Amino acid sequence: MNLLEQIEAEIVAARERPTVDMRPGDLVRVHVKIIEGDKQRIQVFEGTVIRIKRGGPRTTFTVRKMASGVGVERIFPASSPNIAKVDVMARHKVRRAKLHFLRTRRGKSARLKPIRDFKPTARR
Amino acid sequence: MANQTLGLLGRKIGMTQLFAEDGAVIPVTVIQAGPCTVMQVKTAGSRDGYDAVQLGFGTKKTHRANKPELGRLESARMEEPPTHVREFRLDAETVGTMEPGRVLTVADVFAEGEKVDVCGTSKGRGFAGVMKRYNMKGFIRTHGVHEFFRHGGSIGTRLTPGMVLKGKKMPGHLGSERVTVQNLHVARVDTERNLIFIRGGVPGPNGAVVSVRKAVKAGS
Repeated sequence: MNLLEQIEAEIVAARERPTVDMRPGDLVRVHVKIIEGDKQRIQVFEGTVIRIKRGGPRTTFTVRKMASGVGVERIFPASSPNIAKVDVMARHKVRRAKLHFLRTRRGKSARLKPIRDFKPTARR
Repeated sequence: MANQTLGLLGRKIGMTQLFAEDGAVIPVTVIQAGPCTVMQVKTAGSRDGYDAVQLGFGTKKTHRANKPELGRLESARMEEPPTHVREFRLDAETVGTMEPGRVLTVADVFAEGEKVDVCGTSKGRGFAGVMKRYNMKGFIRTHGVHEFFRHGGSIGTRLTPGMVLKGKKMPGHLGSERVTVQNLHVARVDTERNLIFIRGGVPGPNGAVVSVRKAVKAGS
């Protein structure tokens, strides 16, 4: 491990929130802190993880959902203090690391096959 | 006058990200600065005529050093010869606190929230065209244009002046030159491992030796 990797590992370790076991194809609920003036509230973004770009504290993941018939993708820095927590609601069987093919699909063909015995980290 | 702020020699480790409290990403360059040994102190009152310190950074094996380098070790009170030596000009007040053999670390020089200047040798780009070197536009890609896509256009006029003006921007060697980036913000300091986290980029490849000094224009 070189010095930079060591430093990055420490930045990740210093994070307050524990690392979530998240994989491409997971259905996640991302709890995002939103600051409005001097008030803070939590907003939930629920969707499928279609991509994880790994790199210590630079890790980001992309969540895709359909909102009123429009595909919406949001890229989250995994180490961001603005993320309160991430719940994994379901896991799906996927055969690749980047699920970009989901963008061209909608409706029935955009379904993923769930892994049945996966235990969600939270209840709805 | 000259740049009279204290600095250190260091090695560029690489870039990473930190997070601000509000969640904003801070891009930082990690530099391992020092420890540097004061090898020589020059003062305006002596025959040098100006105030400065010479700092040594890194170590190499004694048999790798030549005789003049070894000869300096005694006056600098050092055990092993340094790999890099550089001089920093100082004001009269700071130079009074320096003496040969004193080891300067990050904690002695830098603090979080300060501004610093970083000097280094930029990455060599070899013989580069005008688009990369001077950000010229190049030429259009369509309407029958061929073999002219990345050219810089006309380089002169006709009989008057009948020559290409001196200083005309043309292709040539790019990079591998000394570059100074001023007023970079120190986002974090790690005194244990002599690391400073500087917001933004720094000239040179990872592993390159750079000099970091307190910002010359910090006051303005």
